Amino acid sequence: MELRSILATDCGSTTTKAILIELMDGEYRLQVRGEAPTTVEAPFEDVTKGVLNAVMEVEELSGKKILNGDQIITPQNGSNGVDIYISTSSAGGGLQMMVAGVVKGMTGESAERAALGAGSIVMDVLASNDGRKPHEKITRIRQLRPDMILLSGGIDGGTTKHVVELAEILAAANPKPRLGQNYKLPVIYAGNNKAVNKIEETLGEITDLDVTENIRPVLEMENLKPSRDKIHDLFMEHVMQQAPGYKKLMSWTDAPIMPTPGAVGALIEMVAQKENISVVGVDIGGATTDIFSVFQKQFNRTVSANLGMSYSICNVLAEATLANVLRWVPFDIDEKELTNRIGNKMIRPTTVPQSLEELVIEQAIAREALRLSFIQHKSFAVNLKGVQKERTISDAFEQTDSGETLVDMKELDLLVGSGGVLSHAPRREQSARMLIDSFLPEGITQLAVDSIFMMPQLGVMANIEKEELSEEAKKAAFEVFEKDCLIHLGTCIAPTGKAKQNLVVLTAELTLKNGNQETHKIQFGELLRIEVPFEPVNIKLTPGKGLDIGSGKNEPIETTIYGGVVGIIFDGRGRPLDISKDPKQRIDDLKKWSDAVNEYPNFNQNSNS
Amino acid sequence: MAHAYTPGLKVLHETIIHKERRLPLKGIVLVENGKEVTPDDIVAKTDLPGNVQMVNVANQLNIDTEDVNDAMITKEGTAVSKGEMIAETKGLFGLFKTNVTAPVDGTIEVISDTTGQVVIRESPIPVEIDAYMSGFIKEVIPEEGVIIESEGVFIQGIFGIAGESRGELSVIVDSRETEITEDMITPDCKGKIVVGGSFISLKAYKKAIQLKVAGVVVGGFNYFDLEDILGYTLGVAITGSEDLITSLILTEGYGKIRMGTQTFDLLKNHHGKFASMNGATQIRAGVIRPEIVIPLTKDQLKGDHKDSDASEGIQAGSLVRVIRAPYFGRMGKVIDLPSELRKMESETMVRVAIIEIDGENIEIPRANLEMVEID
Repeated sequence: MELRSILATDCGSTTTKAILIELMDGEYRLQVRGEAPTTVEAPFEDVTKGVLNAVMEVEELSGKKILNGDQIITPQNGSNGVDIYISTSSAGGGLQMMVAGVVKGMTGESAERAALGAGSIVMDVLASNDGRKPHEKITRIRQLRPDMILLSGGIDGGTTKHVVELAEILAAANPKPRLGQNYKLPVIYAGNNKAVNKIEETLGEITDLDVTENIRPVLEMENLKPSRDKIHDLFMEHVMQQAPGYKKLMSWTDAPIMPTPGAVGALIEMVAQKENISVVGVDIGGATTDIFSVFQKQFNRTVSANLGMSYSICNVLAEATLANVLRWVPFDIDEKELTNRIGNKMIRPTTVPQSLEELVIEQAIAREALRLSFIQHKSFAVNLKGVQKERTISDAFEQTDSGETLVDMKELDLLVGSGGVLSHAPRREQSARMLIDSFLPEGITQLAVDSIFMMPQLGVMANIEKEELSEEAKKAAFEVFEKDCLIHLGTCIAPTGKAKQNLVVLTAELTLKNGNQETHKIQFGELLRIEVPFEPVNIKLTPGKGLDIGSGKNEPIETTIYGGVVGIIFDGRGRPLDISKDPKQRIDDLKKWSDAVNEYPNFNQNSNS
Repeated sequence: MAHAYTPGLKVLHETIIHKERRLPLKGIVLVENGKEVTPDDIVAKTDLPGNVQMVNVANQLNIDTEDVNDAMITKEGTAVSKGEMIAETKGLFGLFKTNVTAPVDGTIEVISDTTGQVVIRESPIPVEIDAYMSGFIKEVIPEEGVIIESEGVFIQGIFGIAGESRGELSVIVDSRETEITEDMITPDCKGKIVVGGSFISLKAYKKAIQLKVAGVVVGGFNYFDLEDILGYTLGVAITGSEDLITSLILTEGYGKIRMGTQTFDLLKNHHGKFASMNGATQIRAGVIRPEIVIPLTKDQLKGDHKDSDASEGIQAGSLVRVIRAPYFGRMGKVIDLPSELRKMESETMVRVAIIEIDGENIEIPRANLEMVEID
């Protein structure tokens, strides 16, 4: 079925965002975007009010009639209405889950991966070997009051004792759901199939138990999809039913409502698959930072629950330490005053930096929040633990083991940033610098930002299962993602290794689209930006002695890369990146790097004058 | 007329206050509609299910899990006392028996022949909820709690720690600029809610705790000193469960910031009256701000309050407070709300308000303004 128009909303905890996509001259493009405050809480307590307000803004901006009173007109009728309407939601704190597995590093981790992948916040991971006594676990379950529990454990046909023991602990705790006192807590069992009867006996009465395929049927394999799908089903059936106005909203949509991060993850996974590339996506919000990655065709998502730019900004300071934040601040500042300022941002989270100094400090904190979130992500996105590998003689000399991280920065093709501090930075150069400084890409990496955070809506669009809509919706999602969602910042080129100051670490020979040729020599400690728009550039890169640009030490590369709104950034600062501990040297270096990409031109003028 | 929605803190000299007092689980409501209550009156109570202890009987007796039922002396549903024998092996010809005793007083809830575990539930934990403030029962929520209504002063702070507290209000400074110093906290302050001006030092607050002062209401406190009080770095502003004798409410924020005129004058006018306060703060969706409530008797009420409508938002003429550097803490009057985006020094494009501060017109992002909601 040809889709002429698609309306999609994302109901966030503070703002509801609506986008209108239309088929124009054979291609899908974003037409307009509207937003309004979310209305889940008192005095409104009906999510659809915020949705209607956001859609009304879309109507005003597009001049298209979409609403008929309080109804969205579907399908499109002449020029009125839209063919389909879809939505995601993270309002009311999103989907909060607790997961349980027998061994923390194995089934516990698989269960966590399934829950995160479905877009939930994992409040705790219970495991037989987590070091807590049964009564401590019970107290914890009672305190947390999750929306849903995922219980796993054991391989199919294996021992049932431990997973039944976990079920007994759950039964003893008799957990109550977070929202609503009058329904049973949904529990998904995705463990050893031999234990199903016992689990039903233990939990069947007191919880709303649902049994699905084992998450780890054999040690060597994870089977996350059935659990992820079941989480989405129960999210719709139970959790959403309790949230104010969602029943009505669900009756409006042409596809199930997805949790916002679940939709973003689904989109990133599809992009990586379609383009056959490795991708890292990050969404830095006020309270949390989500990181999504696809390496070696394996998808992972992590949520750093308390690393964000407003509500949890003080936690970034606590975890990163003041010294690490100050590494990125190119001026002297009284430390006590700085902590009070950051504290005031936490208690007045909606304020914006008016002065340049405030902006620089906020972006310094963002670098640390991103860096810490990525460390967490790397330690979670790993090979399956506990898997015996066949080893050859040559492997025996390498100390590689199961459980090593999948994140390989040299493999990374595309790094996408989103969230206020990255998407709305006054200069795109600032977004590029924040991404480079915190993720430290190696070799050749394309950088982009999601301009207006459309990924959730595109994710749910790409995930529509109705057969007659699926193909067109997917096509629309990809076209809009490529043309309207991503702002291509450019490409970062960073050799790895260390060299002496001023030594050439990279020679780059570029052939631009217009045929012009340029050669640049990048010295150690230098950052160099070449302004090239989003167009192909043929490039030959020769690393300095002992350095690696992606294909091994001293090995040159010839390839095609793309510029962008920022251009091509050569990062000769080495990996790992060392920042001088001497305050004067540090400030000099930071200013030099800022100048190189025109990051804070006014600040440098002010401070130089 | 141009207007903008901006969060504001309430500073109301006469208003109707409703407080919901709800049990964590269903229980019994002890008061009826219309009943007058004082802060210490218990309005509802319940019993939380007791803690659970799990005893691995199979392991301790070294028997197979399916034999656990045979070894049990006590059955499901039986009450047991601490130290009482609950299971025993048959032994060899009646000799060499081993046994398991109950680690706590409680009831045997489950005996599992799959895992060999025995679940013992301890006695229920009673929970009571008091009225928190004087007033009358406006509504009974059957089995769950009540809504109490009162009329009086209602002031919101920006941040607080520790939960509910109550006591006589005592303004111990001359002006809203004055800091509370250590020497101002005297044994006289015990059990009272003391009010200061711009700041309280760590030493002075610690002395307040030591002298069992009920609460402190002040303009500012240092963020980095919180760690000393709490024992950990406060990463997110979700507070209220801290076990501190002296609740603390900041009316302005972190640092030395003089208390807003309206707030200070209002508290000063009610010096000596009995107040309830709650430091609990939650800055997330569903925001909870700390509060001070001073219930007034009929003869103390002037009846001159008007219901303000905060939903109108900021308009030309509104009184606002700047809540971010570089004009942090300053108050001014809105002159104009231009609709187009303006570029700030940071190059951020934002909607602004033109504010008159000390005779000068200044452009401030609307997001950095807070409406001062007075009646």
